Amino acid sequence: MVLTQAPVTAHPGHVGQRAFGVEFAGLGRAFAAPRRRGATAAGPVLQDVSLRIEPGEIVAVLGPSGCGKSTLLRIVGGLDRPSTGSVAIDGAPVSEFDPRCAIGFQEPRLLPWRTLEHNVALGLPRGVPRAEGREIVAELVSLVGLANFSQHTPRQISGGMAQRTSLARALARNPGVLLLDEPFGALDALTRLKMQDLLLDVHAAAPTTVLLVTHDVDEALQLADRVILLGRSPDAPGTAGNDIRQVITVPGERPRDRGSAELAELRAQLLGGLGIERHSAH
Amino acid sequence: MTDSTGIAIGNAPAVAVTPSRAPRTGTRRWVVAVGGAVLPLAILVVWQVVTTTGLVPTSQVPSPQMVWEAAVDLAQRGLLGQYIAISTQRVIIGFLIGAALGLALGAVVGLSRFADILLAPTLGAIRAVPSLAWVPLLILWFKIGEESKIILITIGAFFPVYTTVAAALRHVDRQLVEAGRAFGYRGVRLFFTVQLPAVIPSVASGLRLALAQAWLFLVAAELIAASMGLGFLLSDSGNNGRIDRIFLAIILLAVLGKLTDSILALFERWAVRKWA
Repeated sequence: MVLTQAPVTAHPGHVGQRAFGVEFAGLGRAFAAPRRRGATAAGPVLQDVSLRIEPGEIVAVLGPSGCGKSTLLRIVGGLDRPSTGSVAIDGAPVSEFDPRCAIGFQEPRLLPWRTLEHNVALGLPRGVPRAEGREIVAELVSLVGLANFSQHTPRQISGGMAQRTSLARALARNPGVLLLDEPFGALDALTRLKMQDLLLDVHAAAPTTVLLVTHDVDEALQLADRVILLGRSPDAPGTAGNDIRQVITVPGERPRDRGSAELAELRAQLLGGLGIERHSAH
Repeated sequence: MTDSTGIAIGNAPAVAVTPSRAPRTGTRRWVVAVGGAVLPLAILVVWQVVTTTGLVPTSQVPSPQMVWEAAVDLAQRGLLGQYIAISTQRVIIGFLIGAALGLALGAVVGLSRFADILLAPTLGAIRAVPSLAWVPLLILWFKIGEESKIILITIGAFFPVYTTVAAALRHVDRQLVEAGRAFGYRGVRLFFTVQLPAVIPSVASGLRLALAQAWLFLVAAELIAASMGLGFLLSDSGNNGRIDRIFLAIILLAVLGKLTDSILALFERWAVRKWA
């Protein structure tokens, strides 16, 4: 174990004071119109998803394309509604665009005419006094390592920097649940590893609940306390929606050794669950 | 020619780290100024030559000298300044009212599906009415006073702004709007934070079109019913066979139109740089 805990660059005094549990109860989502994304167009995307996420926990959601990972996340954030069942945050049902959540989208979705600083400020909850807001933004901008770029516009920075800005914006909301929808998916492999470490630093500084959608098995194992594998039941193909196929509790403390044998075994197991062959040498 | 008025890039930031903006091309400013003046100067020279050599009779094409003298003559009578001033004033007032109305109605129709269904067909039909068709009606209602001209110009300036704003608002990056909503922005705050800034470059080009339309409608109004202004100068000179004044009025309209358009072009360039 050569990896050491990276020093947290700033200690946010204002953010990360909330962490809520999330509870899915028999959640289902069907789209009326046929959608092109899913493997099968019609029918439910999600079906009977039940899960309890503890406050402060990092849960990764894995699954093949079109299995409803993003839909699940959007429902928690109040960007979409379940067709059946319910989600509760901290015991209370989710409202539309729930203010207890903050989302880091797959794309940075920054306002191109605003500086990074002002993009981060967009995440501040309403009613934060101006001076305090400025302080929070400055803290977060340096937490994600962009202090020298706060006056740049999104066009002047790289994709990784844009995603860091997007993460800071989500944190500015002081979320009780942080929802991340494949936030590192579009980044190159090296940047992605750095972003994962950054997320762990941020979580150490601001231990909120994190729900992370990813298609990257290694990322899930590196970051999460538990990994949820979504997919369709092999016994009922066709019309059935996706539900939870496996829940894996990842052993060890973060940051984990990326090369450990234990994780390699879990990786193979998860890849198997995703329908990828192991090709193991004997 | 113009900057590419690209759709707002919310998702794919460029990797350029230099804080300066890339210029459009490497052309220097004086090259642009001199290059733009070449053709007008050439026309002036040809004009001078064909009129002094008698190639074209001055009853058909007056010489530059004659047009200049007509200008001096009108200026001495105090009419030139007055005509320019009244025409410019009509254009500016009509343009401002039309642009404001176009912005407001364009915003309502672009943002609300309901307003779109309710208003868009009617506004589309009104837009289809040729400008001159309004003139008899406006004269009947408002006589020959200022209102008739300003209302006609307002109609002319309204539609380019209305259509560009409504269309641009319908096509604001949905992902940006959703992100705004996800961070608690709604209604007026969402409009001023995300939607309006995203359409400012389109608004700017709509305003330029509107200004061109305003000059067009000004002449239409003044040709038919006015006692002052450049359009009146045109029709009056036509009736009296003063071809030198007709040339003068046309040149003045070209210069004024180009000047006011250049001012808006500066605004548009700034808007595209800042908001696109």
